[in-house]
Amino acid sequence: MDTVLIVKAIIVIAIFAISMLMALYETYAERVIAAFIQDRVGPDRAGPFGLLQPLADGGKLFFKEDFIPTKADKWLFILGPAVAMSTALLSSAVIPFGDTIIVAGQKIDVQGMDVNIGILWIFGIVSLGVYGILIGGWASNNKFALYGAIRAASQTISYELAMGISLLAIILMSGSLSVKSIVLGQHGIDWNIFYQPMGFLLFLTCSLAECNRTPFDLPESENELVAGYHTEYGSMKMGLYLFSEYVNMFISSAVLASLYLGGFNYPGMDFVYSKLVGSFGEVTGHNIATAIGTLTLFLKIFFFIFLFMWIRWTLPRFRYDQLMNVAWKWMMPVAIVNLIITAAAELSGKPLLYNWVGLAIFGAIYFGLFPIFKKKTVSAN
Amino acid sequence: MTLTNRSRKTDNSELSIVENTYFPGIFKGMGVTIKHFFSKKVTIRYPEQKRYLGPVFRGHHILKRDEQGRERCTACGLCAVACPAEAISMVAAERVKGEEKLYREEKYAASYEVNMLRCIFCGLCEEACPKEAVYLRHDKFVPVFTSRDQVIYGKDQLVEDMSDRYLRDAWTKEDMAKLWIKQ
Repeated sequence: MDTVLIVKAIIVIAIFAISMLMALYETYAERVIAAFIQDRVGPDRAGPFGLLQPLADGGKLFFKEDFIPTKADKWLFILGPAVAMSTALLSSAVIPFGDTIIVAGQKIDVQGMDVNIGILWIFGIVSLGVYGILIGGWASNNKFALYGAIRAASQTISYELAMGISLLAIILMSGSLSVKSIVLGQHGIDWNIFYQPMGFLLFLTCSLAECNRTPFDLPESENELVAGYHTEYGSMKMGLYLFSEYVNMFISSAVLASLYLGGFNYPGMDFVYSKLVGSFGEVTGHNIATAIGTLTLFLKIFFFIFLFMWIRWTLPRFRYDQLMNVAWKWMMPVAIVNLIITAAAELSGKPLLYNWVGLAIFGAIYFGLFPIFKKKTVSAN
Repeated sequence: MTLTNRSRKTDNSELSIVENTYFPGIFKGMGVTIKHFFSKKVTIRYPEQKRYLGPVFRGHHILKRDEQGRERCTACGLCAVACPAEAISMVAAERVKGEEKLYREEKYAASYEVNMLRCIFCGLCEEACPKEAVYLRHDKFVPVFTSRDQVIYGKDQLVEDMSDRYLRDAWTKEDMAKLWIKQ
């Protein structure tokens, strides 16, 4: 029992440390990718290839003046970044970073905890995350910060709906709220993205919005709102806000990878597993297979992080009315249609085939019939 | 009337049903950025990499010697007169017997100073010089200075070193024009 507890503690601490480290190097990756897309080379002065740049940035932030405006609500002002950071870190608890490892004859999940409402936990914590922004924006006593905070709140609420409905389709397929069993249900190459291409796109878009990243970075749109909700923040408090955003990005990449790209599953995993068990023995082989699975998951996470950054340096920001239109008039209905298609496909017994058939019918109706109606209304005007 | 053939007319027509999903535009844009992601970078990492600034770049001053190693400058003062920033000052002296190997003519500059805080690197001294003695190097910058006593450059920093002679890619305007065409 003791060894299990110790191993579990090590796993929890490792997950915490990895999410911090990922966030740290996401800042570096963001700058390098931005530079590469703009034909530059990015930070390359601190250490080899500029790899020590995040440490330099962090050191700079720690040594700057920790300033609290006179008219600001002092305690809320301090609470804001704290809430943002802690909620960002909490949500990694239920993500399965690997299958199981065998230590001292016992199987231990490579996961903070395997609760049976895992995905609800993530959603709850992510919704809490907006409190950090809202509290910070409110406490700053600055109209631009407040605008940013309000935008963040309304945007998060709007996009959570479409996100939740597209998630419902996944839950319909897996029949479980536990992230672990959702991942285990996508064994091999049986990934949910092949059943749910539209749901995947919806979820991806919503994750972008939840992370407040371009094209949905209205809360901190610098050319409208100075710097948005963290206008009045400086030093490590602002550092925590920025950092929590990067942690959020890592977590949502992990969630996307777990829900749609099969988490730690990869094609040919059974073959690799039997080979490893055959040559290294039951225990070591199993652990190595788990490590490979974890590596696969991280590759998927890196892919999503790159995709997020790629999108950020490509697309311009939405206008506010466009943002709301996209959320309420497009993504919500499409998510509901997706849910209906999935439900029907699940009932049919051949989900893969009928998901695509349903999507094809929807596409035909949308792209084929809708323009006819549209023309009629235009001519009536 | 169009001024250039690069201008494009903005398409203000309504988006089609497919375009309205934003996806065609998004994929097109992502294609453009990923192409740039793998393209050649234009950055020159300055202290390690330097680029050729051309034969006419005006950098560090130099007082040329002739082929036999004698200083060309005769301290006529035309450069100091031409200098719009009044950065040049000099003291003339008469050559005595035995110094024929050091100075080309009977008069020479005992001291020749350029104040680098004043100098604007216009190159008028170079143009004014009748003896082809003072030049602004095309291959060397004046380094950054951190205190005022480093600012005034004397003859020790300006006179050409015979073991490391300064050779220009082009000495006349015609040569320069040819070089530029070649590039």
